[in-house]
Amino acid sequence: MIQAIAFYLFAGIVLLSGALAISSRNPIYSVLWLILAFFNAAGLMVLAGAEFIAMLLIIVYVGAVAVLFLFVVMMLDIDYAELRAGFVRYMPVGIALALALAAEVVIGAGAWNAGGIALSAKAAPIAADVPNIEAMGRLIYTRYLFIFELAGLVLLVAMIGAIVLTHRDRGGVKKQSIFSQVSRRSKDAVRNVKDVPVGQGVEL
Amino acid sequence: MIGLTHYLTVAAILFGLGVFGIVANRKNLIMMLIAIELILLAVNINLIAFSSYLGDLVGQVFAMFVLTVAAGESAIGLAILVIFFRGGATISVDDVNRMKG
Repeated sequence: MIQAIAFYLFAGIVLLSGALAISSRNPIYSVLWLILAFFNAAGLMVLAGAEFIAMLLIIVYVGAVAVLFLFVVMMLDIDYAELRAGFVRYMPVGIALALALAAEVVIGAGAWNAGGIALSAKAAPIAADVPNIEAMGRLIYTRYLFIFELAGLVLLVAMIGAIVLTHRDRGGVKKQSIFSQVSRRSKDAVRNVKDVPVGQGVEL
Repeated sequence: MIGLTHYLTVAAILFGLGVFGIVANRKNLIMMLIAIELILLAVNINLIAFSSYLGDLVGQVFAMFVLTVAAGESAIGLAILVIFFRGGATISVDDVNRMKG
């Protein structure tokens, strides 16, 4: 009973905040609704027994991606009202497309319920006595090790790409020149001062 | 009793909302990126639901990779958005014709 209440609560808030996220007038509100949607989707995933992905969703999306969105939305100086001009005009096409795709998914689920297709044997059965995070760790660091490292590489490339894309050189900024620092020799910099009485100082 | 169908329905509606958001907010690039995030969330819910239903952990591993790619995609997308705004002070998709393709 409590599972049903929790499911309907999470699912309702996910759908509501998703709808508000795409129809909100101000993109900042959209991002905040998106954060709410991700929180409740994480709740749905906890109900399905996937704690690790739920926590990952909160850490990655709410902690990183949503903050990135907020930064960009606040950084750009745009008249958002003007951008919404086509909303009503595009709405029928959007609704038709969305309904068609949702109907396809529902038909697929119905076909699955009607008998299903005999898939091959389970690749990694869930063991009852192992916690979710431990089981995920065993799988990621053994059988899917290379794919896991490839995912890290994807993130590295994305990070470098974002930096390279948004970096710009500004004139008049003093920078460290590693080459001139390293190629400086002692004979250019150090002078041996002889014949000076102690305590009088030197002119350099 | 909550079953697989409930999860699939939620994911289908969320996916539809995301597609509708892409089409309806066709002028605003930020809203399109937000709608894409909603679509990927729906896909992840589907993967988790089937993983739990079939008793197979691979669905959750794959959901993690989807999450990775989604994070990279939003970072690159926002970077392109920022340089595009810097060049023309607009983020309307109708104006994206600088490459004349």
